[in-house]
Amino acid sequence: MLIPFFYQLRDGGLNTSITELLTLLEAMKKGVAAQSVDDFYFLARACLVKDESKLDLFDRIFGAYFQGIEDDFADLLTDIPDEWLRQRAELMLSEEERARIEALGGFEELMKALRERLDDQEERHEGGNKWIGTAGTSPFGAYGYNPEGVRIGQQGSRNRSAVKVWDRREYRNLDDSVELGTRNIKVALRRLRKFAREGAADQLDLEDTIDKTARNAGLLDIRMVPERHNAVKVLLCLDIGGSMDDHVRVCEELFSASRSEFKHLEYFYFHNFIYESLWKDNRRRHTERIPTLDITHKYGADYKLVFVGDATMSPYEIVYAGGSVEHWNEEPGAVWIKRLLNTYPKAIWLNPEPQHRWDYTPSVKLTRELMGDRMYPLTIAGLDEGMKALH
Amino acid sequence: MTKSRFEGTSTYVATDDLTMAVNAAVTLERPILVKGEPGTGKTQLAVEVAGALGRPLFEWHIKSTTKAQQGLYEYDAVARLRDSQLGDDRVHDIGNYIVRGKIWEAFESEEQPVLLIDEVDKADIEFPNDLLRELDRMEFYVYETQKLVTAKHRPIIVITSNNEKELPDAFLRRCFFHYIKFPDQDTMAKIVDVHFPELKKDLLADALNAFYKVRDVPGLKKKPSTSELLDWIKLLLAEDIPPEALRGDDTRKAIPPLYGALLKNEQDVHLFEQLVFLDRRSGSSQ
Repeated sequence: MLIPFFYQLRDGGLNTSITELLTLLEAMKKGVAAQSVDDFYFLARACLVKDESKLDLFDRIFGAYFQGIEDDFADLLTDIPDEWLRQRAELMLSEEERARIEALGGFEELMKALRERLDDQEERHEGGNKWIGTAGTSPFGAYGYNPEGVRIGQQGSRNRSAVKVWDRREYRNLDDSVELGTRNIKVALRRLRKFAREGAADQLDLEDTIDKTARNAGLLDIRMVPERHNAVKVLLCLDIGGSMDDHVRVCEELFSASRSEFKHLEYFYFHNFIYESLWKDNRRRHTERIPTLDITHKYGADYKLVFVGDATMSPYEIVYAGGSVEHWNEEPGAVWIKRLLNTYPKAIWLNPEPQHRWDYTPSVKLTRELMGDRMYPLTIAGLDEGMKALH
Repeated sequence: MTKSRFEGTSTYVATDDLTMAVNAAVTLERPILVKGEPGTGKTQLAVEVAGALGRPLFEWHIKSTTKAQQGLYEYDAVARLRDSQLGDDRVHDIGNYIVRGKIWEAFESEEQPVLLIDEVDKADIEFPNDLLRELDRMEFYVYETQKLVTAKHRPIIVITSNNEKELPDAFLRRCFFHYIKFPDQDTMAKIVDVHFPELKKDLLADALNAFYKVRDVPGLKKKPSTSELLDWIKLLLAEDIPPEALRGDDTRKAIPPLYGALLKNEQDVHLFEQLVFLDRRSGSSQ
């Protein structure tokens, strides 16, 4: 029972375990969710999903798998009486929209077209631009983008169906493949926070001393420990200006989130690519520059280096001397980034551009090669991978 | 009186999915892990479940220094040493120096108890792993006395987390999971209603509108949550603020009175005041 569903979940990327499936079956056997599909959905969710970032994924798989029993959704649609369609549509259309429908050939025409398509269509549909279903651009269906559209099945109808609970997709903003909010970033960055005791044992561990002494029948047994601190040190280099302007908000969030996470966090700005100097205050970028060599001398190799930039520029800016758009650089950016990577072996590049677009930009490919493939998208999943690479 | 189903209480509004998760946990006697934004009533849930089902409640609040062992028992070697030096007779029985932790207390309870393990993510990263067997089999071994402690009744365990640390998979697989999402306006109206039943309808509607508007202000560091809303309404009632004060003709211009209860961060207050100021200026220049 439910085994195909279980595999569908696993194929979909949820690593649901057998124990969890058994728990679900046991709960069903004990009649925890005997009342409705809704109850079953809630129960399955509580049993099988253990991470709020996966809730949206679960909703989607659940919706796709149980479309068959969706209260005969398709049947219902083909049975809709004309009056009902008309009534619903009129309820939902504003004056303005109705005027636009008139422009399209009138309400009757639209309804006729709808009816024809309903007859043609046999199953639930998602996306696309013709069939009636969800999330498409056809004039008919739900959650679509066509302003002339007629909504079907989204509002309470005579089948106030339980199914719609997961179709609402309330957990979308918790999905970890979409962009981040500050809170999400913090969760990801915490992975990097590694509490460690390092250095000489110079603090008296009072508790352990008392305990050991007492167990030692009262003979003093002194215990020492090194100071506890957050051992992670980070150098953050942020691209600013130009093509990064679109991403400034995301970068600022990253910055504000990371600031509270590490004991040692040094940040620097650059424009497009790394050259012989960086700056700390963007308003005085031309007067107060810090030589890159000074940075490598000042901060030890145990710092982890994080670049944030879209790496979108002309390839000349990376490989040629004098390629920089802002000033004359004696040495090409590629040389400088190699120097930095030699000093800081633990380094990653976070790119706010969507990953699927990376291949279209030669400079992104180039940067990626220079980074030894350690470029990650600026999403929670990407941050996660990046943090792993830094460990 | 003990019941076996949780349906929410007169002071706590539980959504359908939350009731389902709790009832599954109660029926199957497995722990339930509750996550959600701060202030959405995670901790309160255990208190209400215990109250609604008529069960005793044991609360174990976790700090960054808490060890899993402390929930089971602690061996007070220092007391024993002192007693031995004073020549107390108790010293011969090591059992006298075993101090019971919250989990042990819950295991010894005569009727099925509710055990709250609050903010499990505050503790060390290995903390949940150290409790696997205890949560699964509901038993543990006391090495000092060579005794196995088994739960008389498997407690209903409610675990809350604020997402500060990732919890290990093995731990998660043993729990039911529920994420309390921020209540929508209807649910929120119910929540306020159970806390302030005599509240005037119009004041409530206006307060909720103002509240969701504040929550929608972009860039707030800490968005006001349910508990802050309840505090704020309490203040509004105490000050006897008329609903009109919340409304104002142009809603953008009105600063909600006593908004200090909603915004807890000086940067947020500052941002908010700036936005209101900008709105006013643009409003008056038009």
